[in-house]
Amino acid sequence: MLEEVGTNDQGDMIINVGPQHPSTHGVLHLVITLNGETIKKVEPHLGYIHRSIEKMCESLSYRQFIYVTSRMDYLSSHINNHGCALCVEKGMQIEIPTRAQVIRVLMDELTRLASHLLWWGALAMDLGAFTPFFYSFRERELINELMEDTCGARLTMNYIVPGGVMMDLHPDFQRKVKEFLKLFKSKIHEYDDLVTGNIIFQNRTKGVGYISKEDAISFGCTGPTGRGSGLSCDIRKLYPYEIYNQLQFDEVIETSGDSWARYKVRVGEMVQSMHIIEQLIDNIPEGEFQAKTKAVLKLPKGDFYTRVETARGELGVYIVSEGGSTPYRIKFRSPGFSNLSALDHMSRGGKIGDLMATMGTLDLVIPDIDR
Amino acid sequence: MTKDELKIKFESLQEGLNFEEGTEWLTIPVESEGFKKFALLLRNDNELQFDYLFCLTAVDWKTHLSVVYHFSSTVFRHEVVIKVKIDKANPIVDTVCEIWRTAEFHEREAYDLLGVEFVGHPDLRRLFLTPDHEGFPLRKDYEDPINMIKL
Repeated sequence: MLEEVGTNDQGDMIINVGPQHPSTHGVLHLVITLNGETIKKVEPHLGYIHRSIEKMCESLSYRQFIYVTSRMDYLSSHINNHGCALCVEKGMQIEIPTRAQVIRVLMDELTRLASHLLWWGALAMDLGAFTPFFYSFRERELINELMEDTCGARLTMNYIVPGGVMMDLHPDFQRKVKEFLKLFKSKIHEYDDLVTGNIIFQNRTKGVGYISKEDAISFGCTGPTGRGSGLSCDIRKLYPYEIYNQLQFDEVIETSGDSWARYKVRVGEMVQSMHIIEQLIDNIPEGEFQAKTKAVLKLPKGDFYTRVETARGELGVYIVSEGGSTPYRIKFRSPGFSNLSALDHMSRGGKIGDLMATMGTLDLVIPDIDR
Repeated sequence: MTKDELKIKFESLQEGLNFEEGTEWLTIPVESEGFKKFALLLRNDNELQFDYLFCLTAVDWKTHLSVVYHFSSTVFRHEVVIKVKIDKANPIVDTVCEIWRTAEFHEREAYDLLGVEFVGHPDLRRLFLTPDHEGFPLRKDYEDPINMIKL
């Protein structure tokens, strides 16, 4: 809103960040009230990429609406699909084969790894370090390639469908994942050498964008944002779905509540995701990759809600069904939306230069917020 | 608390509550009158402590609207769903954004897309659509001849 630029009655300066700003990673528009360099208020203006996915889904069948949801949080499209598929399966009470469950978890964790890698590179770039971006994309490219083999897509996968997965794994999948793991293990220390141990990076993130545990709960912060404030909120641990209760992994929790804590949580999660993939890659059971379902899926009358852990936090899928083949009303509780609502609270009283560190560690994906 | 324990607890707290059958979580339809008091009870009762509002939305049922709140407790890990029935011509319900701050954005979204007016909200404006937009897209009777998506 151009007319808002200038100085208000109290002598505070009002500036716009975005919607075309490299650090907002998309079309996020922030109107910031500044007193000198100190932030008094941050007001997000949304809607630049709002496609009304919820309205679209009302006229799509339970097989079709999966494809639209890949376009929400495009960095964890597998996990979006997963949440929707679980909700439909819960409504129809479909049991899915173990092979499909293992494939789903493998894909989820690879996606989480890819998403965190992109975040890691982009955060460092926001804070002025350009090299890490190339390092993380070098590894991320390998994940994209093996996804492409199996799903045929690199970003909007549409691979997880109600009843299982769309098709079986590519014959090269296991070999390529193992190659990737071997390479990733030899590279992950570089991340710590390059960024984590960097004193400039530490000074720019420690104590910046603080949010307490109570506020994190009140604002509905989940995922690494909530866990950075000491809140145990990993859906995989609290309400395990698929085979997560049979896997060994830790929920990474930091208690300092600042950007540094959120950084540490995500880096720790990369290692945990790697452990999960290692446990599963040699143990993919034989069998069907899809349960037998009817051609037209119909959910019984009622409300259905499922939660899954995306790379950004808790994704909720709420379907209200009237018994037909399309949802009567669908609501996606996206993690980014709630995390963004805390941005104003986190950055008030801080400096404008620190805003990018706060925003970077929230890991916002705008299509996820706008939907 | 389990679903049955929660049900007994709610019955002891307030008389005349109905419960929906066949739901995963305890679902309580309530009237919009006195909802604020009920919400404070959910948050502050020692045995309930619903401190986390994880989903807030509204559904257009053609004859009326219902605002759906999903609550969870990070202390006890139990859930409850509250449905507030409101009149479509006069869609008014008390805001809960002083109790759960996440409601500030969620209520703006529900106002923007479904036209629910949250009384006492500090900044109730459209969130996604432009201020001069007419109508509420997620209502069932919404018509937009240019951008309407129908398959």
